[in-house]
Amino acid sequence: MSTSTLARGAATRTGRGDSLGPFTGTAALVRLAARRDRVLVPVWWGVFAFLAYGSAAATVGLYPDAASRRLIAETVNANLSLLALYGPVADPSSIGQISMFKTTAFGAALVGLLAVVLVVRHTRAEEESGRTELVGAGVTGRWAPLAAALLAVGGTAVVLALLTAAGLVAAGLDVPGSLSFGLAWAVTAVAFAGVAAVTAQVAPTARAATGMASGVLLAAYVVRAVADTSEGGDLVWLRWLSPVGWAQEVHAFSQPRWAVGLLGLTLAGGLAVLAFGLLERRDLGAGMLPERTGEATAGRGLSGAFGLALRLHRATVLGWAVGVVLLGSMLGTLVANVEGFLSGPVADLFVAIGGQEGLIEAFLATEWALIGVFISAFAVQAVLRLRGEEAARRVDLLLATPLGRLRWAASHLAVALLGAAALLGLGGLAAGVSTAAALGDPRWLGAVLGAAAVQLPAVAVTAGLTMLAIGLVPRVATAVSWGALVVFLLLDEVGTLLEWPGWLLGLSPFAHTPALPGGEVSTLALLGLSAVAVALLVAGLAAFRRRDLD
Amino acid sequence: MTSVIEIHDLTKTFGSVRALDHLDLTVEVGEVHGFLGPNGAGKTTTLRVLLGLLRSDSGSVRVLGGDPWRDVASLHRRLAYVPGDVSLWPNLTGGEVIDLLGRLRGGLDVGRRAALLERFGLDPSIRSRAYSKGNRQKVALVAALAADVDLLLLDEPTSGLDPLMEEVFRQVITERRVQGATILLSSHILAEAEALSDRVSIIRQGRVVESGTMAQLRHLTRTTVTADVAAEPAALAGLAALAGVHEVGTEWRDGTTRVRCEVDATGLDALLGALAAAGVRALTSAPPTLEEIFLRHYEGVRVTAGATA
Repeated sequence: MSTSTLARGAATRTGRGDSLGPFTGTAALVRLAARRDRVLVPVWWGVFAFLAYGSAAATVGLYPDAASRRLIAETVNANLSLLALYGPVADPSSIGQISMFKTTAFGAALVGLLAVVLVVRHTRAEEESGRTELVGAGVTGRWAPLAAALLAVGGTAVVLALLTAAGLVAAGLDVPGSLSFGLAWAVTAVAFAGVAAVTAQVAPTARAATGMASGVLLAAYVVRAVADTSEGGDLVWLRWLSPVGWAQEVHAFSQPRWAVGLLGLTLAGGLAVLAFGLLERRDLGAGMLPERTGEATAGRGLSGAFGLALRLHRATVLGWAVGVVLLGSMLGTLVANVEGFLSGPVADLFVAIGGQEGLIEAFLATEWALIGVFISAFAVQAVLRLRGEEAARRVDLLLATPLGRLRWAASHLAVALLGAAALLGLGGLAAGVSTAAALGDPRWLGAVLGAAAVQLPAVAVTAGLTMLAIGLVPRVATAVSWGALVVFLLLDEVGTLLEWPGWLLGLSPFAHTPALPGGEVSTLALLGLSAVAVALLVAGLAAFRRRDLD
Repeated sequence: MTSVIEIHDLTKTFGSVRALDHLDLTVEVGEVHGFLGPNGAGKTTTLRVLLGLLRSDSGSVRVLGGDPWRDVASLHRRLAYVPGDVSLWPNLTGGEVIDLLGRLRGGLDVGRRAALLERFGLDPSIRSRAYSKGNRQKVALVAALAADVDLLLLDEPTSGLDPLMEEVFRQVITERRVQGATILLSSHILAEAEALSDRVSIIRQGRVVESGTMAQLRHLTRTTVTADVAAEPAALAGLAALAGVHEVGTEWRDGTTRVRCEVDATGLDALLGALAAAGVRALTSAPPTLEEIFLRHYEGVRVTAGATA
C-alpha cells in the first residue's frame, strides 16, 4: 500500500498549500463518519420513517368525522397517564394531530437519543478506541472531529425529517403538516446533538457522556410531562424549557410554527461553541470530570463466575427492571380506558387477534405477547455477552484459571434466564397490581401474573437459539440472534394480520405461548417450548465446548 | 528430570492459514524458557493450545503431565497465564480483577499481592478502563505472580512496561525461578529472553527452528563490533585468528582502518585487547536483534511481509 498512498498524500498536501486551521480535515472526517454509519444510520432512518408511517396509516381511516375525532381527543386529554407519556391532542379537528399525538414527543425523544449516541460514537468513543490519536497525528485540526460529528449528525437529522415527512404523506396526511412534523423531530435531534457535544467534553468516559446526555434527555421529557399534566394547563409554558417540548410546540398538523426550528439550531449552536471551548481545556481521551476510583479489593460477591456475571449484568438488569415496572404500572391505567379508547373496528381487531371474549383480556394478552418479545431482547443480549467477552479476549484470563468453559457459559445463561424470569415477575406484579386497582377487582392480579409467567418458555427458546449460534457460528452469532428475534416479531405481528399460513406463523416460539389472560392454558405447548429451549441450550453448550475460542 | 511442557509435531490451522506447522517444544522443570519469534510466528497460538483455548489439529501436547484440552480444571490449578494484550472489564478496578482471578484459582496470597502491587507501583482502586496498556499488563502480572503455581505462561509480558518496571519484572521472575516455578516466556526481544532464560526456543512461521541453552545458541548472539583504529589493515591480520572472533572485515580510509567483526562473549576480552594495541579511535558494539538473526541464519526461507505482520 505504502508508496502510492504516500505519494497521493504528499500531492494533496502540496496542492492545497499550508492552510492548517482547527477545522482542517473536517470534510474528510464527515465522509469517514458517513462510511462508518452506512448501515446503522439508514436502518434508523427506515425505522423512524416506518414508525411515523405506521402510526399514521393505522389511525387515518379510523376517525372519519369531526365527532369521532373530538371523542378520541377528549378521551386522550382526560387520561393523565397518556398525557404524561405522550402529551395531549392539541387540535381535536386535525386528523394529523390525532394520528401522531403518541409519536410527537416520544418519537422526538428517541430521535434525540439517536443523536446523542451518534455524537458520542464519533467523538469520545473514537478517542477511547485510540483512533482519534491516529487521525490527530495526520493532517486534521483539533476541532475537526467534533465539527465532523456535529455536521454528520445534523445531516442525519435533516434526512430523517424528510424521510419521516415522506412516510406521513404516503400514509395520507397533508404535505405541510408532514413536513412540520419532520421539523419537530429534527429540532429535538439537533438540540441533543449539542447537549452530547458538551457532555462528550465533560464526562470521564464515553459511556458516561452518553449517560449524562441521556439523563438530560430524560429530564427534558419529564419537564414536558409535568407541563402536559398540569392542572388546567397552568404550567404548559414549561414545555419551552424542554427541547422535547419544542417538538410539541411546532404544532405540526395544526398551525405549524416553523420558527421553533431556529430555537433548536440556536441551542445547538450555543452548546457547540461551549463544547469547542471546553475541548481547548482538556486532554485527548480525558474528560473535565475526573474518573471516580473504586474498591481496591473485591467484595465478597465478586468471587466466582456467577458473581462476575451478576456484576457485569447488574446495571442492565436494574435498567430493565425500572423499565418493566413503569410499563407494567402504565398498563393498569390504560386498561381502565381501553373500552373508551378503542372504538369499534379496532376493538374487533383486538378480539380477533386475541380470540377472547372480553376486550380487556384481549388488550392485556396482546400487550403481554409484545412484552414477551421485549424480555427476549433482554435474554438475547445477556447471552450474547458470552460472545462479547470472548471477542474482547477477556475470557482468556478467566479460562486460564480452573474455571471450565461450561461453568463460565452457564454463569451468563443463568443471569439471562433468571433475569428474564425476574423481569417478567416484576412487570407482571406491577401490571397486575395496577390493573386490579384500576378495575377494582383483586382477581386481575393473578390473571396478569399468569400472563407474564407463560411468556418464559418462549423467552428461553430465544436464549437457547442465541447459545446455539454462539456455539456453532460465533462470528455471526450477534446478527443471527437478533435476526431471529426480528423474524419472530414479524411473524407474530405482521404475519397474523396478513393471515400467513399456520406452519409459517408456528415457526415463532411466541405463537405457541398461550394468550393470557382469557385464553386457554396449553400445558403441552408450554412443556414443548421448554423442551425445545433445553435442547437448544444443551446443543449450544456442547458445540461451544468443542470449538476453538477466538 | 520430567518435562513440564512436551509438544511433539503440533499442527494448527485456521482456515487456509497454517499457524503452527509440526512444532516441537520441550520445557523442563524449574527452567525459564524463552520462546522467541517475530510477531505472527505462532507464539500466542502455541500458548493458547497449552491453555486448552484452542484444540490441536494433530500432534501431542502434554502440560504438567496432563492433556491441556481435557484436564482443564486440574491443570489450571497449577498454572497461571498473562496474555500479550490484556483486556479487562472496564468497570472493575484492578484490585477487583486481581482478587477475582485469585479466588477462581482457589485463593491468593494476600501478602504477596500487596508486595507485588507495591513493587509494580500499581494503584488497585482505579477502574480498568482508565488504565494504560502497561497498567493493564501489571494487573495481569500481579494476578499471575501472586498465585502459588508450578507453571507460569507469559505472553510478551513486558511489551507495555517501561524500563524500570521491566527490571522489577526480571527480579520477580528470578525469584519465582528460585522458588522452583517453571516459566515459559514468549518475547520478540532477544535481549530480554537472553537476560532471563536458561534455555531458548526460536519459532518462525509456526515451527521451532532452534532450541537450546543460551551457551548453545551463542553463535546467534554474537556482538557486532565496529572500530576505527590507527594501525594499517595488514597489521590487523591476526584478529581473525582470535578465538571467538568471526567475519572480520577491514577497510583503509582517510588514515584509519575501519574494522568490523562479530564476536562471541568469550572472545570480547581478547578482541578489545588487540584493538587497543592497534590504537582505538572510535568503537561501537551492538547486540544482534532477532531480525538480524533471522536474516543471517534463516534466509533460506524468505520472511514474507505476511509472516511478520
